[in-house]
Amino acid sequence: MTKLLQTLMDGFAVGSLYGLIALGYTMVYGILQFINFAHSDVFMVGAWVSFLVAVGLVGPTASSDPSIASALLVLLIAMLGCGTLGFTIERLAYRPLRRAPRLNVLITAIGVSLFIENLCQLKWLFGAMPQPMPRLLPDRPLFALAGVNVNLLDVIVIGTAAALMLLLNWIVFGTKLGRGMRAVSFNPQVAALMGVPVNRIISFTFIIGSCAAAAAGFLFACKYITLQQPAHETWIRLGLKAFVAAVVGGIGNIRGAMLGGLLIGLIEFFGAAYLWPNLRDVYVFTLLIAVLLLRPSGILGKPVAEKV
Amino acid sequence: MNPTAEHRVERPRIGASAAVDLATQARELRPPLARTCLDSLWPALLGVAFAAVMHFGVQPAVGPFRTNVLMNIGINVILAVSLNIVNGFTGQFSIGHAGFMAVGGYTAAAITYYTSFHFWGDALVHGGVLSGLPANGWFTAGDALFVGACLAGGLFAAVAGYLVGLPSLRLRGDYLAIVTLGFGEIVRVLLQQSRPEIPFLAEDIQGMSLIDKATSLGGALGFSGVPFYTTLFWVWLFVAATLLVAFRLKRSSYGRAFLSIREDEIAAEAMGIPLTRFKVRAFVLAAFFAGIAGGLFAHEIGTSLNPRELGFLKSFDIIIMVVLGGMGSISGAALAACILTILPEALRDPPHVWPVALAAIALLLLLRRRSGLRAALVLSLVTAALEAVRALAVWQGVNLADYRMVLYALSLIVMMILRPQGLFGVREIWDYRPRRRRRPAASTE
Repeated sequence: MTKLLQTLMDGFAVGSLYGLIALGYTMVYGILQFINFAHSDVFMVGAWVSFLVAVGLVGPTASSDPSIASALLVLLIAMLGCGTLGFTIERLAYRPLRRAPRLNVLITAIGVSLFIENLCQLKWLFGAMPQPMPRLLPDRPLFALAGVNVNLLDVIVIGTAAALMLLLNWIVFGTKLGRGMRAVSFNPQVAALMGVPVNRIISFTFIIGSCAAAAAGFLFACKYITLQQPAHETWIRLGLKAFVAAVVGGIGNIRGAMLGGLLIGLIEFFGAAYLWPNLRDVYVFTLLIAVLLLRPSGILGKPVAEKV
Repeated sequence: MNPTAEHRVERPRIGASAAVDLATQARELRPPLARTCLDSLWPALLGVAFAAVMHFGVQPAVGPFRTNVLMNIGINVILAVSLNIVNGFTGQFSIGHAGFMAVGGYTAAAITYYTSFHFWGDALVHGGVLSGLPANGWFTAGDALFVGACLAGGLFAAVAGYLVGLPSLRLRGDYLAIVTLGFGEIVRVLLQQSRPEIPFLAEDIQGMSLIDKATSLGGALGFSGVPFYTTLFWVWLFVAATLLVAFRLKRSSYGRAFLSIREDEIAAEAMGIPLTRFKVRAFVLAAFFAGIAGGLFAHEIGTSLNPRELGFLKSFDIIIMVVLGGMGSISGAALAACILTILPEALRDPPHVWPVALAAIALLLLLRRRSGLRAALVLSLVTAALEAVRALAVWQGVNLADYRMVLYALSLIVMMILRPQGLFGVREIWDYRPRRRRRPAASTE
């Protein structure tokens, strides 16, 4: 029982991060129909910017009482930075290829990904060494449930992710901008004829997705302390799993991305806890293949479903 | 003659007599048997000759480091040309090619390593001249073992391709890409979980069961101790074989079926091509050659057969080669593989590019005259930019080696934006003739 609850808790915490990253993949796929491989690097940049700002604010080893205000500031700056990055990527690399075959866009995305990784790895940027994140968020056992300590940090991570997802859900389904996004994903030509500024909507989509990735990066850095160097494969692998989450939930569907993220997190941790601990990635990708073979459009995706 | 044909005697006979004429004509025109054999064999002979020249002529001349680069080029050519069968010919998008390479490489490595102990009690190279050991004669049991292991690796990879392809090739476009990506990752993780310790004493190995051997593959540290059989001869022999198969395939009815699937699946199906079956065939063929490339890679000196080396980044590298060369262009894929293997090496210590560029521009202008102007202009601009970067780096005292991956990625993006169809599009290098000769108009119809 203890193990079950513990696994559930871990799975939810990681799953909500996957969900946050998956949002970026799924929104871009919904609108432009291509896999934005550079999204995992936006996530990485989010984590690293958080680290740099945090070190600047509270020093490399913040042993004193962490303050919520500084954490919020760090999160805000990370989101701002990544939003700019996402906008720039779209403007410079993807927009010239709007009419090109999708494979070209995909290769460009891989190129952008390599570019960001290796640029960030340079000495004058983030450097090529793993770094420890200073403690920004309070972490103490909040209460015990059936022998399991529920940590404040996990609650903050899950809570922040849930709040951001709700915010995003509201943006997409409750605002004019969101209606534009849904219209463009439904049919860009008709949307343009109806007066939807397609390019601006696409830019906004990238900015919003990148902000979500930045938040995920910040939460990831706070939870897992050690930041691997920018070109380390951990980042791409996390991004890939988030993408798997988007596909499993039904790509193009933002609620599906959230659901898929949680599902992937749970599968990963339950598999690791109850089967072989070393085969985490295998569970994730087996689930992916199974879902694709049985229900190619994903759990929530329907051919006629409203997509963003 | 069947009765219906007799019936048709009354009808206008133009078609029938024309057919008879054509048949006799064809019989008269059929070349002698020896000529036919020579026609179909000369590319193979040329391949062997080329491999021999690489081995005996080029290898001693360039030294060990460049020999290694040349071997890497060959292996990448095999990978790119084979992936081109799936991505370029058939238009399916596979991003798990390195997974097949890993399957083939580990199979071949395990076969050579463990069988060597049974035969000779050690895992040293027991090859002949073709493996760089002149004392043992030309072609020895060791060479046979190595070639057999590579072929077995190819077969294993082909079987893996069949198993992955059969269910997943019903999916379209990006979904197929994702499944192949997932497959590649699963292969990598499983290989990382294999037993890390590899026994190196003959008596230990002779006591192991087959299952034990098949699961002792070195884990995350990689399979070390594989004998270095791979030489320029073997690499370029397999390159020749791959190219031969690819070119013949492109002209065969199978190849045309693949191309038609790429152009329009619905139309291809309407023409009676079973889509899934043909896609699986393309996939299996590509996986086979990827497996062979893996086998060559596993036995190469200076490489480490390591699950991390064969992850999705390697798959991406291969795709980049195919797209850069032009989807469906065999010569383009091969050339792109050469360029992209040399480029990161060259960017370590960038040499002056202007002499080569100048020669290329002169050649372009000479051969293609006015139509070569634009290409020449682009080439000169690129050269100027490269030289400027180089001069800037020298002036500022920056070590360009630190920036090589950044430059590589940047050139990839720029290439995709400026020339999305790749170097040659769907055509081959020699389709760009010096001067396009007008063919005489067809005499009939």
